[in-house]
Amino acid sequence: MSRLRKQGLTRRALLSRAVAAGGLAVAGAGFIAAPDAAWAVEVTAITEHQMATLLQMARDIYPHDRVGDRFYAIAIKGYDSAEHRAMVAEGIEMLDAAAREAGFDNYLAAGWEAERVAILRSIEDSVFFQTVRGGLVTGLYNQKEVWPIFGYEGESFSQGGYIDRGFDDIDWL
Amino acid sequence: MANAARFELTDDSVVVIIGTGAGGGVLAYELARQGVKVVALEAGGRYLPEDYINDEWDSFGQLAWTDPRTTSGDWRVARDFSGLPAWIVKAVGGTTTHWAGASLRFQDHEWKALTTYGAVEGASLLDWPIDAAEMAPWYEKAEAKLGVTRTGNFPGLPGNNNYKVFEAGAKALGYKQVSTGRMAINSVDNDERPACQQTGFCFQGCKWGAKWSAAYTDIPRGEATGNLEVREHSHVARILHDNQGRVTGVEYFDRDGNLHFQAARIVALAGNSFESPRLLLNSASSMFPDGLANSSGQVGRNYMRHTTGSVYAIFEKPVRMWRGTTMAGIIQDEARHDPSRGFVGGYELETLALGLPFMAAFLDPGAWGREFTSALDHYENMAGMWIVGEDMPQSTNRVTLSDVEDRFGLKVANVHFSDHPNDIAMRNHAYRQGQAIYRAMGATRTLPTPPYPSTHNLGTNRMSERPEDGVVNRWGQSHDIPNLFVSDGSQFTTGAAENPTLTIVALAIRQADHIAREMSAGNL
Repeated sequence: MSRLRKQGLTRRALLSRAVAAGGLAVAGAGFIAAPDAAWAVEVTAITEHQMATLLQMARDIYPHDRVGDRFYAIAIKGYDSAEHRAMVAEGIEMLDAAAREAGFDNYLAAGWEAERVAILRSIEDSVFFQTVRGGLVTGLYNQKEVWPIFGYEGESFSQGGYIDRGFDDIDWL
Repeated sequence: MANAARFELTDDSVVVIIGTGAGGGVLAYELARQGVKVVALEAGGRYLPEDYINDEWDSFGQLAWTDPRTTSGDWRVARDFSGLPAWIVKAVGGTTTHWAGASLRFQDHEWKALTTYGAVEGASLLDWPIDAAEMAPWYEKAEAKLGVTRTGNFPGLPGNNNYKVFEAGAKALGYKQVSTGRMAINSVDNDERPACQQTGFCFQGCKWGAKWSAAYTDIPRGEATGNLEVREHSHVARILHDNQGRVTGVEYFDRDGNLHFQAARIVALAGNSFESPRLLLNSASSMFPDGLANSSGQVGRNYMRHTTGSVYAIFEKPVRMWRGTTMAGIIQDEARHDPSRGFVGGYELETLALGLPFMAAFLDPGAWGREFTSALDHYENMAGMWIVGEDMPQSTNRVTLSDVEDRFGLKVANVHFSDHPNDIAMRNHAYRQGQAIYRAMGATRTLPTPPYPSTHNLGTNRMSERPEDGVVNRWGQSHDIPNLFVSDGSQFTTGAAENPTLTIVALAIRQADHIAREMSAGNL
């Protein structure tokens, strides 16, 4: 299984052995990482290219500009497993083939979100796309660390509910 | 429960109740209170306020019925949630753990839908064999039991942020019947339970116990009488009968998968509108080849789910709709019957809030890309309401046995549903009105949201005056089998515009009174 970790790799160390992957993440030997090295995902069962493509795909399916890549990485890291290896390989190949049809080297080579979304639309009825999309609904939005970005406050019982904490504090009506 | 009774499997003097929710849980207590011995079989486990979880998915995993079901028909739920036609609970107390608490009586005319609306093409409308006058005293008892706000001496609940937007918009449109509603949520300490603390998470089980649930009221009180035994994790497989066509008891699987037979003097079925007809159909025998209580062919038919949908809206400034009571208020002006709107029957508008995880799952299932995510980006600035209106009973909307089997090898329920044109006209009207309410308050974007998996599941064993029109009579008693009763929402003849729980509870109290009286008289 892959794992997500904060690591102290320097930007230069990463870039020195990395292949740029869509400008989003950096893929290297056995991992992909943020260009600023704030986070990295080790990949063991699938390829760096596949993981980087999955990451971009996740962001294109549910784009939230205030939600960092590390949350999307958490949402898809489960695909780095022997169990999913074949599905991921076939799915990413299908996606890259669709990108080539559209005139790009591969999915990550399409620079604009609108271009990538058009590619995704062409495969959206596939089991692969629907599996990734469906998994993100919980994989992304059920991360408690994501909730504050949307203002959602989560559990409230332990704090006594909102009876004294603003259940009726609206001030603009 | 120290006093809880234990009855022998061979004890054929007991009433066996299948299911412990608003129907079965209340019936169990009301019978036990009157000295009747009851064995209640509950497929789920027992969870109490200390067990409930303020987390949507974790709570769903704890409480929801997720055993297999299949779906068909043109309703969108069949596509988006094909294995989950309903969001209801598998636990002691049933869906009374999950319900929002709205406790409305039917309007008088809704007991007589066929007479009031006239025949509607494609609909199998029927009048209930009972009416508002007959039900009034039972509604009073139900309201007292549930501690319903704005009845008796109970004040209304305070309005939260979501309600304040809703109320102001409603008034801007000229609506008059706008309030924080009649809720089975304590507005003051009552019945050994505290007042609402505006915690939210009403759908996840009230951790304060401020919302009424059979799980921590009627069930333990029934057990305390010494006349009620609740067997958890007991999944009923079949109802058996004798040569005279009277039911003799039920077969059920215990938590270890062992099959038992519990004898019974009377069987009352309260497994909800999917499981109750499923059980009757799975109990087919050589004497009843089409299933028990099904000489009319009506078992499983006329499945109703209310005409629902939601409207969410985004504003320039925060609303924080998730804070406080989930269903915090109601507009009732559209609940009237007024065919000039292009449909028969009416609908209620009630505030509703989902947390971020469920909003992502239910706002527009299957949608992706920026049109979807840019709405979620403004979750904090959203307000929301839910539509609940009377849908047309249709003979072809029905529960049948699927080819799929559950882990016990029992055929599961297939739920087939397609909207009637009246349902669509009503929903579209409600979408327009809901959006107008929010636009009146400056909404920058409105989101007419499709129906969720059903929470109001009705019909499928409907009550009728004539045996050929339905499954049970005015007491919820099978037309065919005198010692077999139906005690849940499946007995509804029509759905009315109101949230059904109060009516299910009122019918259960009334049915208990009838059964106890008939047992005493030696008629049952």
